[in-house]
Amino acid sequence: MADGNPPPMRSFAQAAQTETEALPLRTVQIEGLVALKIVKHCKECMPALVTGQLLGLDIGSILEVTNCFPFPLLHKFSTDCRSYGCILSNCCKSRGGEDEDELDTDGANYQLEMMRCLREVNVDNNTVGWYQSTYMGSFQTVELIETFMNYQENIKRCVCIIYDPLRSSQGVLALKALKLAEGFMELYRTQTFSGEKLREKNLTWKDIFEEIPVKICNSALVSSMMTELEPDVQATQCDFDRLVLSTNPFMEKNLEFLIECMDDLSMEQQKFQYYYRNLSRQQVQQQTWLQKRRTENAARRAAGEEPLPEEEPNNPIFKTLPEPSRLDSYLITNQISNYCSQVNGFAAQSFSKLYLMDAFHDE
Amino acid sequence: MAMGRTVLHMPSGHTGVVAKLHPTVLFNISDSYIRRNDQQERVIGTLLGSISPDGTVEIRNSYAVPHSEQADQVAVDIDYHRTMFELHQRVNHKEIIVGWYSTGSSLSPSDTLIHDFYGREVANPVLLTVDTAFAEEKVNIKVFVSTLLTLGERQLAAQFHEVQLDLRLIEAERIGFDVLKKTMVEKLPNDLEGLEATIERLQDMIDRVFRYVDDVVEGQVQPDNSVGRFLADTMASVPRISSDAFDKLFNDSVQVVSRFCTRRKIRIQNFSHPLICLKLKFGIGGSIGKETFTTSLFIPSLAAVFVRFLCG
Repeated sequence: MADGNPPPMRSFAQAAQTETEALPLRTVQIEGLVALKIVKHCKECMPALVTGQLLGLDIGSILEVTNCFPFPLLHKFSTDCRSYGCILSNCCKSRGGEDEDELDTDGANYQLEMMRCLREVNVDNNTVGWYQSTYMGSFQTVELIETFMNYQENIKRCVCIIYDPLRSSQGVLALKALKLAEGFMELYRTQTFSGEKLREKNLTWKDIFEEIPVKICNSALVSSMMTELEPDVQATQCDFDRLVLSTNPFMEKNLEFLIECMDDLSMEQQKFQYYYRNLSRQQVQQQTWLQKRRTENAARRAAGEEPLPEEEPNNPIFKTLPEPSRLDSYLITNQISNYCSQVNGFAAQSFSKLYLMDAFHDE
Repeated sequence: MAMGRTVLHMPSGHTGVVAKLHPTVLFNISDSYIRRNDQQERVIGTLLGSISPDGTVEIRNSYAVPHSEQADQVAVDIDYHRTMFELHQRVNHKEIIVGWYSTGSSLSPSDTLIHDFYGREVANPVLLTVDTAFAEEKVNIKVFVSTLLTLGERQLAAQFHEVQLDLRLIEAERIGFDVLKKTMVEKLPNDLEGLEATIERLQDMIDRVFRYVDDVVEGQVQPDNSVGRFLADTMASVPRISSDAFDKLFNDSVQVVSRFCTRRKIRIQNFSHPLICLKLKFGIGGSIGKETFTTSLFIPSLAAVFVRFLCG
């Protein structure tokens, strides 16, 4: 029969359409190699902040990161954009045509070459995100969001791994995997952050970034090598780092940043207060104007003339004032909460160490 | 064929070279070995790092280079090697080529050819062999340099001899070996868990020392003078502060720390309200001075002495 062929084609099309919903991302699995490479790169380039690309596989609800490579530092824009990672994701605009184009192609070339070379040695050729180093946890910026959006256009699932070399010098591996929350992404695309919209979507400052738990895995070969090379020692550099008693520098730095954030937040608050003051003033003006119009109309009707319209769109009183975006305040709040939790953790540690010291002294 | 007084020259000067290996390189090599093509038996690649003026070679990074081997012939993809080197230079121009690596357990004649090639890139390349097949049932990592055997004016052969290898696992230590030794770590330890583990280890160490000292006093164990000296040094390294001064120092620091915990209350209401109100009580005070912690060196030095005692 002639229908022999059509049904398979239709069912295939149907199958293509009814793809299963993507599973939510639950864990990010990093290989020990990637962690070491990130640590090495970030530490080498301190205090400059650096970025790099992550390669791996996206399997079900686990995102495996199997390799990574660093991006070279941009010299011109090192204060603003940190490295090629930003240029590649097209987030820096308006920096001057020619130079930017050159760097753009340079960066793109670097990435292409590197990925081509890595493919030849059978490394997973699939970009799953990028990593960046941060200074004292101050990474929640608009650039981060923009980079996320740019990556999201090409890759269905991407993460950003944040590494804090300063915190790691205290003996804890400060690796975090972040991704943008779905709801926030949709809102960002519309580019409006007014109060109502946010209330509608029920988005608070906590809902911008989502932290995903990180797992570290190693191949059997490397884990057997490491086990052989380094039998369980009594104390490692890690332990020494953790037991250092000086608390002041870290606290001071944290507080300095916290105070700056507070300043920024109060500025944002002032902006909003100004806006609301203007808004209420405008409403009062509108009311008085309306009243005047109505009395005038009443008079006119009494005189038998045409009443004037009660609206006048061209009058500046009726111009809607733009509401300032709340995105910045959300981001600042995120930063503050980060600093606070860092201080909390650090204070808890310091307490234990101080009491330990006390106990030693008593003996 | 010795002719008259021509001497067979076997220089041994190069054995003074020391090679320091960073853990990233080992991980890289293992990874490329696992990902090699089916037909390949071994993987070779370039080593990057730095050479210090006294001849110490520090191996910091590496990348695999595709190659093919048949019988006596070996072909290395030189373009690939150059391209990767340039890419790596753009990230860190201080890392230069210092040699090459191979994952076989033994050296083969074709290695001299490859070594010659790398000899054109850097003056005295090192060869790192990592036995990934565990032929000897233990980890076998060796570093070689090659020297020429000359007979008078003629070059006879190249000899590889081993140099001292120093495994600098400091970076890996900082991350924590637990994370790197297991095949799967479910959760990265956070600050307090890490501190807990460290303090447990410290306590363990102190217990061992106590038991040792008790045993010596009771005559059950032969006293060892060097250990005794270490312990005396440790006790001496505790700074001698009078109780009052110590109490003051202690209380001050506890105050500073507690101020951050208890008086830090930041309540930021949900921004969905039209009026944003920020209640903030911040009690920093003026006491974040430059309090010097003379005891900040105390615990690490204590632990250091214990390590020396317990490890050899």
